Parts: sequence; C-alpha cells; structure tokens
Amino acid sequence: MADDDAPVGEAEGEEVREPEPELLFGLPVTRSHDQIVLFPSAEQYPGLLTTLHESGYHMVIDLTGVDYLTHPGRTELPADVAPERFEVVVNLINHRERARLRLRIQVPESDPRLPSAFDLYPGTEAMERETFDMYGVVFDGHPDLTRILMPEDWIGHPLRKDYDSGRIPVQFKGAPANR
Amino acid sequence: MTTTHDAPPSGPVERTAEGAQELSSADVLAGAERLRERGAVLRLSEAAVAEAEAEPVPDDETMIINMGPQHPSTHGVLRLMLELQGETVLRCKPVIGYLHTGMERTGEDLTYLQGPTNVTRMDYASPLFTELAFSLTVEKLLDIEVPERAVWIRMLMTEMNRISSHLLFMATNGMDLGAVSMMLYGWREREEALRFLQEVTGLRMNHNYIRPGGVAADLPDGWRDGVLRLLDMLPERLAEYDTLLNQQPIWRERLQGIGVITAEECLALGVTGPILRSTGYDWDLRRDMPYMAFDQVEFDVVVGSYGDCFDRYAIRFAEIAESMKIVRQCLENMPKGDYRIQDKKVTPPPRARIDESMEALIHHFKIFTEGFKVPEGEAYVAIESPRGELGCYIVSDGSSKPYRMHIRGPSFVNIQSLPHLMHGGLVADGVAIISSVDPILGEVDR
Repeated sequence: MADDDAPVGEAEGEEVREPEPELLFGLPVTRSHDQIVLFPSAEQYPGLLTTLHESGYHMVIDLTGVDYLTHPGRTELPADVAPERFEVVVNLINHRERARLRLRIQVPESDPRLPSAFDLYPGTEAMERETFDMYGVVFDGHPDLTRILMPEDWIGHPLRKDYDSGRIPVQFKGAPANR
Repeated sequence: MTTTHDAPPSGPVERTAEGAQELSSADVLAGAERLRERGAVLRLSEAAVAEAEAEPVPDDETMIINMGPQHPSTHGVLRLMLELQGETVLRCKPVIGYLHTGMERTGEDLTYLQGPTNVTRMDYASPLFTELAFSLTVEKLLDIEVPERAVWIRMLMTEMNRISSHLLFMATNGMDLGAVSMMLYGWREREEALRFLQEVTGLRMNHNYIRPGGVAADLPDGWRDGVLRLLDMLPERLAEYDTLLNQQPIWRERLQGIGVITAEECLALGVTGPILRSTGYDWDLRRDMPYMAFDQVEFDVVVGSYGDCFDRYAIRFAEIAESMKIVRQCLENMPKGDYRIQDKKVTPPPRARIDESMEALIHHFKIFTEGFKVPEGEAYVAIESPRGELGCYIVSDGSSKPYRMHIRGPSFVNIQSLPHLMHGGLVADGVAIISSVDPILGEVDR
C-alpha cells in the first residue's frame, strides 16, 4: 500500500517540503469548484489539443472568450501565468472516463491571435467564429473566419468590456417630454 | 434626445474585412477549399479526399439559392444557402444571427436574481432548462446546496418541459413532412403539458421559475392531479401517434435512410443530444454525469442504430415515455420541506416577515436592489436539455452581477451538422433533416 511509505519519507526529510504540483498533460492542475482547469500558453495550446485528442478527449463541448479588461486581478491564476486582457476558454469532454477538462488560454490585447482548433475538432468552427465576432480574437487557420451573429458590416466587437452597450433612459410619467 | 452613449470605444476598431458571410460561389474555390466548405467541416480519410478532389468542379448548371430566413420549415429565422444541381444539394451553409439580441451581454447587466428572466428567453421551447443550467452554475459558485424538495421539483418541472418540448417536435416534424394532423395532435397535447406548467409557474413559457437557491414558489394545491391528468392521457395519445406515424409507410419512406450521420462525425462536430444518440452512441448526461437526483430515478437512455432522420424522430418519441417514467417517480418520491434555501443572503424573506422584522426588510431591500454577491471564480455546469448538452459558463468578479455569462446552446452547435447531413440529398429531404435536428433559433442566436 502506498500509505506504508509515507512515515518513512516523513522521518527522513526534515524540512517541510512543498507538495509536488499535480501535473496533467505536463501542465499544473488547477481546480475551480472541483472542475479541472489547465492554463496552457498560446504556444502550448495546439500541441496540448493533439495530446488531449489522443487521450480520449474527443469532443470540444464549448469554446468561448472572456474580456478581463475591468477585472484584471483575478486570483485563481497560477503564479507562472501572466494575466492578459482576453482569455479563450475551451471545455472538453472525455466520454469514456466521464471527465471534463477546461483550458484557459491567455490572449494579449496587442495581438489577439490563437491557432484554430478546427483541424482537430471541426465542431469549433461556429464557436471560434462567435468568439471572433464578439471579442475580435483571430483564430489562425480557421477556414471561414467571418462574423456569425452580428451583421457583416458591424463595427466593433460587442462583448468587449469597452464596447458601449448603450441605454435609453426610462421615461417616467410626468417628466418633460424628450423632444 | 439624450442617451448615455459614450464616445466610441478607444483603440483601433476597424471596419471588418472578413469577407462575405454567404456561401461563396463554387468556381472561386478549388480542391481542398471546396472540400472544407462542402463536407463542411469533417475530416475525411485520404482516400475519400482523393476521390472528392477528383470530382469535377461543378459547371454552371449548379445554382445557389436561399432557403429562409422566412421559410416556414426552417423553424424560425434560419437561413440556409444551398448549392443545387437539379434537385440535389451539393453544399449548404447555415447563415444565422437574425435573432441575435445580445443576451449574453444583457446578462452582464442583470443581477443573479434577475438572470433567469433573461436566459429563459433563449430556448423558448424548453425554457426551464436554461434557467436550471444558470441556477446550477450560480449555486456552484456560491457553494450552496438547495433543499431536497427543490431538487425534486426542478426534476419534475424540467421533465414536464422535456415532454412538452418533444411534443412540439412531433408537431413541427409532422407539419414539415406534410402530416398535418400530427401537427394538430402535437400542439393539442403540448397544450396540456403547458397547462400544468402554467398552474405551477403562472406562465406558459419563459417561466422564470427556477432561480438560484431553489424555485420561485412551492407546488400549488392539486398539483398531483395535474400531473396525473397528463400521465393518464398521454399513453393513449402516444399509441395514436404510433398508429398514425410509425406504422405508416409514407412516413417511414420519408425518414428512413435520410440524413445519415455516424458517431465519429457527431463527436468531431460537437453534436449532442438525440442526434448523437441516434447513431448508437450511448450518452446521456442525466445518467452518465448525474446532476440533481437523476441517480435516484430509473429510466432508460434510448439510442438508435442508423443515425438517420427516423432514428432521431423515434428517439424523441421514446424519450417522451421515459420522461413520463421520471415524472411518475417524482410524484412518488416528492419529499416534504422547503422549496428554496433558507439562506437569508440569497433568498428573499417571506412577505409576512417584512412587516415584523427590520432585518428581513433590510435583506429584502438589499436583495432586490443590489442583489446578492457571488464569490470570485468561474464555473461551467452542463445539463441534458431536450436538444443536447446545455452548458452555462459564468465568471464572477465578486459583485452581484456576472462578469461574463455564456450559454452553450446545443442548437447552436447542432446546426453545424446540417451541411454534412444535407450533402447529396434532395431539397425535400432537406426539410426533413432540418426538422430532425430540431434547432431552436432563439438559442442559436441568443
């Protein structure tokens, strides 16, 4: 049993060692509400997807973006990951092991680019288009990166935090008419 | 006229130059390009690629036509661009966004308590599911457990909603294929299911019933009669459908062998729900990744074997009966207790308490003006909606409004299978295929 080794190791090692970081596919594992999250860099992302595809994560369930413009100091990032303005969030599922995995990739504002997952996971076609449409993140290698929900000639990316959503003030009874 | 529009966002916002959203004409694409667009998006074996590339470039006998967005059989405002050679569909491209109202953006401006009013309008045929996904995600972020009774009420209500949604599918599927009596029957039975939902929630659609922390109200007196009325009525009616459709040669001819898809293709395209199960792939989140109390009820996961339109229809037909099983078990096992969590920071106090207690008044005021705060973090929770995996991803920055609220709509992903399903079929089969994918455009465009 693995437990038998523990007291021996404790007796020999006098210093209190930090626990070895748990690794999954070569990346430190972070847990968010019992869900496993990995933080690959943009360079690691295509390679990681290939590994994941080979290890049974056959479906990208969801791919979306987040704009952290007004909430830059998020606490859950691992120490070696530098926060950037945009984040692309990919949810994968492994049907055989009934496991889910989430990737969060930091995408800088100055050059919002990421390799497309299309060749491995064709199902990301519409999701990458949506992320491009809403955040302006460009997916290199996507066959048809056009706006999907907004009209073709729309200016700006509506889910960015600096995009004004606009509001018309409520007209209350008795207030002077807005003419 | 005053509005609060600020100056345009700073930074370079260029005019987009992504090119047309439409289907480009075939002569400008060659070889692999054409393959990518046509086979949409599937990875083919090398032999298949060689074969497809050797196909002659279609000459000017093909034409590109629009189907929709106002075509009655597109179930809303789905627009399909079809390249036809005679009656045969060569390529197809769904063009969406006609119903886009920026609900994810709206969700960032609403508190967590207001959130369900917004998300319930996404999938208007099964609104309770989106509310459920949203509420489960918020509860995960809050790290709270809702009372047992609330869990079972949620199960009862969502399964009732699944029945009504599948009945709606039976109606529209019949209508699309010319079985107009089926349309009337389907609507008639759905009306009965909606009557029960109305008795409980007060509304036929867009209920805003499932909320973070529980449900909006307890089940009313006599709810058991409402459930039993439906459970007693449906088996007879389903037998009628069986005679009308399953045993009818014309119906089978129209559906069998049409729009075939394999399990590998479904996995590659991210397709979930009845379409995935129709290929024989045994996957249902209710059984395989149980949420709420689905591990305590017995039901079967129905799978098909051919992956064609008939299997998809038959699976939904059989799932009505499975949902009835679950509803019956909810009826038997409904526990007593609270219908919402007794956490004063999340649940508004009962009306009577407000007159007696200053604290209750303050809580009431705070919850309805400022809303409750959710700890910083992010979570993704998925449930099995009638159309497939419905996920909700929320990022919280610690305030009372979601920093980012994203709904993974199953219809949005499922319509990606249309170009593949329609390739090589007839236009008339295309109508059957759209119908069998059962997209809800409110959810596609959000």
